[in-house]
Formats: sequence, C-alpha cells, structure tokens
Amino acid sequence: MKTYRSLVLVSSDARSLELGAQQVFQKIQQEVNRLGLDEEVSVSMVGDVGRHDAIPMVIVYPEAAIYGPVKVEDVPFLVEEHLYKGRIAAGLQASQRELSGRIAWISARKGTLPAEKRVVLERAGVIDPDNIEDYILHDGYQALGKTLSEMKPEDVLDIIKKSGLQGRGGAGFPTGMKWSFVAKAPGKKKYVVCNADESEPGTFKDRLIIEGDPHSILEAMIIAGYAVGATEGYIYVRGEYALAQTRLRNAIQQAKEFGFLGNNIFDSGFDFDIHIHSGAGAYICGEETALLESIEGKRGEPRIRPPYPTTSGLWGMPTLVNNVETLANVPAIIQHGAEWYRSIGTPSSPGTKVYTILGNVNVTGLIEVPMGITLREVIAIYGKGMKEGSSFKLAQTGGSSGSIIPASLQDTPMDFDSFTKTGVALGSGALLICDEETCVVDLAKVLLQFFRVESCGKCNPCRIGTERSYTILDSISQGTGTLKDLEDLKMLSDKMTTLSNCGLGQTAGTPLRDVMNYFRAEVEAHIRLKVCPAGVCPMSGRH
Amino acid sequence: MVLGATHRSDIEEVVNEVVQQYGSSRDELIPILNEINRKVGFLPNGVLEMVSKQLKLPQSKVLSVATFYQMLSTKPRGRHVIQFCESAPCHVAGGRQVWERLQEELNIKAGETTEDGKWSLITVSCLGVCGVGPVVVIDEDLYGNVTPDQLPEILSHYS
Repeated sequence: MKTYRSLVLVSSDARSLELGAQQVFQKIQQEVNRLGLDEEVSVSMVGDVGRHDAIPMVIVYPEAAIYGPVKVEDVPFLVEEHLYKGRIAAGLQASQRELSGRIAWISARKGTLPAEKRVVLERAGVIDPDNIEDYILHDGYQALGKTLSEMKPEDVLDIIKKSGLQGRGGAGFPTGMKWSFVAKAPGKKKYVVCNADESEPGTFKDRLIIEGDPHSILEAMIIAGYAVGATEGYIYVRGEYALAQTRLRNAIQQAKEFGFLGNNIFDSGFDFDIHIHSGAGAYICGEETALLESIEGKRGEPRIRPPYPTTSGLWGMPTLVNNVETLANVPAIIQHGAEWYRSIGTPSSPGTKVYTILGNVNVTGLIEVPMGITLREVIAIYGKGMKEGSSFKLAQTGGSSGSIIPASLQDTPMDFDSFTKTGVALGSGALLICDEETCVVDLAKVLLQFFRVESCGKCNPCRIGTERSYTILDSISQGTGTLKDLEDLKMLSDKMTTLSNCGLGQTAGTPLRDVMNYFRAEVEAHIRLKVCPAGVCPMSGRH
Repeated sequence: MVLGATHRSDIEEVVNEVVQQYGSSRDELIPILNEINRKVGFLPNGVLEMVSKQLKLPQSKVLSVATFYQMLSTKPRGRHVIQFCESAPCHVAGGRQVWERLQEELNIKAGETTEDGKWSLITVSCLGVCGVGPVVVIDEDLYGNVTPDQLPEILSHYS
C-alpha cells in the first residue's frame, strides 16, 4: 500500500455541511485528480474540528496548515498552491486559534505523517514465496546463521526480552518471558508450535504473511527451538487456508534440501524439524490449549489451566505457542537488534502491527504500521476516508473478541497499553469500520451468533451465556425486548467474562459490555420506542 | 471426485488408502477424517467404524471428533455445497441481503439440502477473505463482492 505525502481534512460538522463543506470536499478531490496528485494526497471528511469561526475548514498535513472559511471557488487556488507547488496558499488561512482537544493529535503530529513501516511484511509481495533462493537473496536465514554461530540460547532469550516484543495474537503477552518459561521448564522433549489457526472474523494478516513469506516463519521457529531447547515444531494451519498449507509444505521441503531443517543445522549440532497440522474448521482451536488437543487428534476443547503449555503442553511436554505475526518479527529482531526494534512504535508497545481495514471505507486491505497510530489516521490515510456520504460511527477491533470503539475514542493511540487504560481491547488486528447505518443491536447479534456457534460447549458460562445473550438480542431486534433485558445482558456479560474457562467465553461478553457502555440509548430506543434508529432491525414483533 | 456413498467396497478402499498415507496413529485422526470427507463427500457410519478399527480407537471417540469440526460432515450433502460467511465484516458489507436472496433462490434454509440433492446450504464463520466481502463459496470456488442480483447467474454455472 502507498504512503501519502499530504493528508487533507475537510470539516464536516452539520454547520460546515450547511455552508458547503460537501462541495468543497468534492472540488478538492476533482482538482487533486486533475493535477494527477491522487496517488500522493489523501482527502477526507473529518467531522467536527472544534471551532466554528472559520468553517468550512480545510486542514493540510503534515504542515498542519489551517484554511478557512473555504469556498468552492477558492479550491483550485488552494490545491495548486499548497499541494502542487508546495507553499502556503496566501490569503486563505484561518486566524490562529487552538483546535479542540478532541483532535489534539492534529498538532502533535505536525511535521510527520504516520507512514507504513514494514517489518513482518518486508518481503511479502517482493519475493517469490515458492523459491527459497529468493528468500536467501533478501537476507533470509541470516538471522538463523547468526543465532547458531554466534549466540548462546541465553543470548537469544535476552535479545527477545529486551526488544519488548509482545504476542500479536491478541493478548499482548511479553514474548521473551514466554520463551524463558519454556527454556526453564524441565522436560526431556520440548515443542515449538506456531498458531496459524487464524479465524477471528475480519482477520487475514497471518494468511498473507504465510502466503507471502513462508520461510520467515520457519526461520523464526528454528531460532525459537534453539533458544528454548526444542527439537520439533508444529504449524497448526486452519483447514480453510489451502494455499498457505501448500506454500508451507513446499518451504519445509526446500529448507530441508538446503540444510536449514533436519539434523546438525549449520554444523552446530542442533537438530530441528517442522510438521504441518491442518485444522478442520473450529474457531476455538485458535485457543492455545484447544489447539494442542487438536494436534493430538482430539476434540478442540480447551484444557483447564494451570498447568500452562509452557510447562505441560503438547503430549504433556513444555511447549512454546506463538502466533504467526509474533514469530515473523523474530528474524528481524535478531538481525537488527533490540535497540532498533524499540525505535519503532511506542515505548510500552514496540514494533509494528499488521491491521486489516474493512467496512464502510473507500479502500479496504492490509497495512503494517508502527504501534500507536490512531483510528482516525487509519481511516483518513489508509482507508482514504469513509465512503461518500457516510460518517464514522464505530469500529470493531480484533475480530469478534475485540471491542466496539465509538467515534469518540478514535484518537486513542492503538497500542496495548493505551487501549487497556481506555478499557477497550486491541485484539487480533481487524478494524471493521462502520458508518451511521450500522445498528449496534444488529451488530451485537451477529457477533453473538458467531460465539454461540463457535463455543465448544465444554463450560456452562460460555455455552449458556452466548445462547441466552443471542436470544435476548434477537428479541430486542424484533421489538419485543424489555428493560429487564438490559440488566440481564449486563449480568450475562459479567458472568461470561469472569467465569468462562478460556478466552472465547471471556471475550464473548466484551461486545455486550461495550454496547451497554457507549450505545445504551440506541438499545433503549429499540425497547422503549420500538424503533431501530438505524432502520436495520426487523422490529416485526412490536404491537 | 465425490464417490457415490453407497458402495461399501469403494469406501473401504478409500479408507485403507488414506490411513496408509497418514499412518495409523491417533495424532493423525483429524487429517485422516478430513481427507476421507473430501474424497467421499461426507463421513458415513461405515467409515467411522473402519477408521476406529484401523486406529484402534473407540468408535465413540471417532464420532466425537467427526461431529466437532465444521469441515467434517456425518450427514450426506448435496452435489454442491454452498458456504455462506455470516461473520460481521461480510454482514456489514451487504451480506444480510445476499443471505436472504440466497435462501429465496434455493428455497431452503441453513443446514438443509434441496430435495433434488443438488444443493446444500451451510453458514460458516469467517473464511479470511474479508477484503472482498460478502463472500460465498460454492464447492471450491470463491465468489467475492457478491450482490443479491448476481446470485442467479452464479448458481447457473453448476449442474
């Protein structure tokens, strides 16, 4: 995906729209296209900018130049001067005044635009994924060479710890710590397992990492094996990902031929082998203990913990389970060092994050950006703004077990720390951007439908909680809900979160909690007024 | 590719071949069932019995695994299986309208098979191709950015 040189924001609160903001926005797009700048300039509507003295207002980044009030006939001059010739369009600037705190990021980001930064996707789309030589030409297996010839296992653990790498599967657990647990655990045999059972709705980053750069995962697993003292690895790939499986099988074959896998790798005396295990369609197998059960040929029902897989995992042996994206960071960290890695992202969450952008934006797709980018920036720069005529209502992060983030939180930096403080979850990296036509009851219903189907049924809070929540939401969407339903939903959400055995049940309550926190009025409208404000729910049972 | 499920000897041959390919260890139960399901179209009782004998596992264990995973089916399915993604990303991209039209066109509901045995309609969770939602998968063909009006044409490709 491209990086933009300039970001143009047009104020689009009700008053601005009355004064012609929509026409100004369209004219800017026209002029940008006419001058052939559409590949370099992103234009989007930004909502209320917090001051109404000079609207419609146009803000241009990275200079943070503020123009206003802008009329349609001013646009050709503005675009030509500022975006084409690169100088301030004289006479159009608004008086210097503070913008509201809600868009304070606008001054904080002055002089920079958040750019894509590729670490895990560095080679994806650049190399031929079926050709190991191409990977080697692009510095592939160098980190492994360095590890086996210059480093002791403790050195590897040390560098991963210092890098601050956190698990990218959703929980954000410090990777270095997990590796140390496995390294310290007593056991005759240890395993490294790569969790490629990516099934969070809206997430397909792991598929693209594997399909684009399968060897980086193998290399990372071999390094991990050396660090923790394991000699065997498994990659659990979801059954639906046929191409990813083919690519991995081919990569393993080639790595064996080149001596990167097998016995006595690089004459170091270290042996390592990797097997592929295909899933058969069960979301719950992304939960690490369910995944281990499934590799052992059983139903994918999560185990009771403790003991954790780090001490008793696959066939009762200490096992390291890491997500694909987490592992894909490892070769780069070994090669460039912990310092380098820490220079990317935020101090508490170093590195990059791969996101999938979906929903009612102009451009959907995959991006890799430093930790700490905001939702507003993602929508404006990478989503190229909301689809015409729509405005941003909420984002659903991290697939079904992520949070529902209202528009009022769109300037929160997206990193594990800031999100936890705000009380929402970053999840697995899906950003489902929804506009005003999305009904929160309908959305919650779809999410709970997913959980009730995918719940493995082993523990009661999750099996019964997801079913009951769905039934209640369905009744609200039919217009037959009662006010007591709201209390019940809150209770069910609390109980699922606190009492469920595994992550599925524990996160199934999140969408309910978020809807109650941020959109209670909309749910109450369904119950008290028998009206779906977004006009989505059938409401067929009212009267 | 899909065999008539009635010929026991054919099925036995498939089971033997697959078990030989993967080895008769319990760890291989899921890959074995997956492969047989792909070759036979579903997992009839006879198959579960044969697999349980070859892997020296109680039949109840084999059945419990066969009914747990969504890609395995213990019921016969139609000649063509339509998988419709009902997860949120496809839903907000217009999936709801596609789903309603799909049920109208086929005149069946989720989990059902048409009387002539041509179509089976199942709902699935996210297939990981959300960039082009709504998504419909027929057998092994994937259709993205589907609109309700495209459905009759898409369905007409299958006999």
